[in-house]
Amino acid sequence: MPTFDGRDVLSIRDFSKADILHILKTAKKFKQKTHPSLLSGKIMASLFFEPSTRTRFSFESAMERLGGSIISLADAKASSSAKGESVADSIRIVEKYCDIIVMRHSLEGSARLAAEVSNNPILNGGDGANQHPTQTFLDLFSILETQGTLEKLNVAIVGDLKYGRTTHSLAYALGLFNSKLHFIAPTALQMPDHVTTELKKMKVKYNTHKRPEPIMPKLDVFYATRIQKERFADAMEYEKVKDTYVITNKLLTKVKKNFRILHPLPRVNEINYEVDDTPYAYYFQQANNGLYVREALLALALGKVK
Amino acid sequence: MATKKKSTPKQKPTGQSEKLRTFKVYALKNGTVIDHIPAGKGVEIIELLKLKQWNKIVTLGMNFKSKKMGSKDIVKIENKELDINEANKVAVIAPTATLNIIRNFERTKKTRLTVPDVIEGIIKCPNPACITNHEPVKTRFTKEPQKALRVCCAYCERYFNADEIEIL
Repeated sequence: MPTFDGRDVLSIRDFSKADILHILKTAKKFKQKTHPSLLSGKIMASLFFEPSTRTRFSFESAMERLGGSIISLADAKASSSAKGESVADSIRIVEKYCDIIVMRHSLEGSARLAAEVSNNPILNGGDGANQHPTQTFLDLFSILETQGTLEKLNVAIVGDLKYGRTTHSLAYALGLFNSKLHFIAPTALQMPDHVTTELKKMKVKYNTHKRPEPIMPKLDVFYATRIQKERFADAMEYEKVKDTYVITNKLLTKVKKNFRILHPLPRVNEINYEVDDTPYAYYFQQANNGLYVREALLALALGKVK
Repeated sequence: MATKKKSTPKQKPTGQSEKLRTFKVYALKNGTVIDHIPAGKGVEIIELLKLKQWNKIVTLGMNFKSKKMGSKDIVKIENKELDINEANKVAVIAPTATLNIIRNFERTKKTRLTVPDVIEGIIKCPNPACITNHEPVKTRFTKEPQKALRVCCAYCERYFNADEIEIL
């Protein structure tokens, strides 16, 4: 396994199964024990060229909890990128003021370009529709935490599978662990070819469904995502399917004991509020896990843990 | 640029220019012959290599008969030997092509072109949201292992088939 000291976190595809397990194991240690001065004297640049709430807050909170400090781009509109400075030039300048950079940018591949011009590690907080690897790590952490394993699970990935970058990365990562995937979505929003081609290459077992009901009793994990109205060319089509993918207590009558619902959040109406009180709801704990996963990634990339 | 049809011209095997046979496309003294180009791709290669700006003779043969390919195109470039970067560019749009370097009517080198595993600075990423279309970055694609050309952008991580590719 390559060393994590100085390593960039750009795409889930850059990580092997052993790498992923090591990150999750480290995150678990951070959840069990606080390390208030581990990153003392280290500076994280928080460059969110695009709006973010949870990702940015959890990265900044993680850095603070480990004793590090933060320099932050408060408003992308006020930055030099708004004056036309390239991503590469912005990174070349900012890297001189910090030890590690967390960034989000609308252009796909921007984090990889940043990593090529920076001597400091880059943690990708989302590059357009491409990758959001720290979200995938926290999704995997939550699955491991609730199921005790990532191997051979039955995982439903539900909602907007065509455009949802978190669903693509999660499908790829679970594929590494021989889990069986069930893609539940309206035909127009099913998993795109480039993802299924990759899964076939990895010999991952998957199938597609239009409705969740028939497979609920066999599922271990239900990963819900939001279906956006604007994705439908025909508003009538949206009206027809919108309620099919709403999770209610009625849908949960025949699920297994270990069954858990995850969601990258924010939810709009895809999980009914009544579900929050069931033992199956795990999405808020999942969001909380983002903190420990990001603490682990910061500490690993800065060489403070091995 | 001359365009001729029918049989495949053979390169003169020795340096006996005085005994040249009557070729549909005449033999080259010095330069490059790109053979076994998929029919219809010859014009693209001329554009790709910017040969319209080449002030010497360039010959394009279209739809020649070919035992292996059914029909093929041929491009002959006088007094120019393609370098490896140019050959790689040709391979991306004509992976079946062979490259013959001619010196004094003799073929000194024959190379079957292969698309390199990593293609740098040749293909334009078709994804408009890719960073390479917004900043001065040298594009980089990796070739997928299957027979038909399929590439993956190192930056936006999208896959593209041969028919989606545009050359820079």
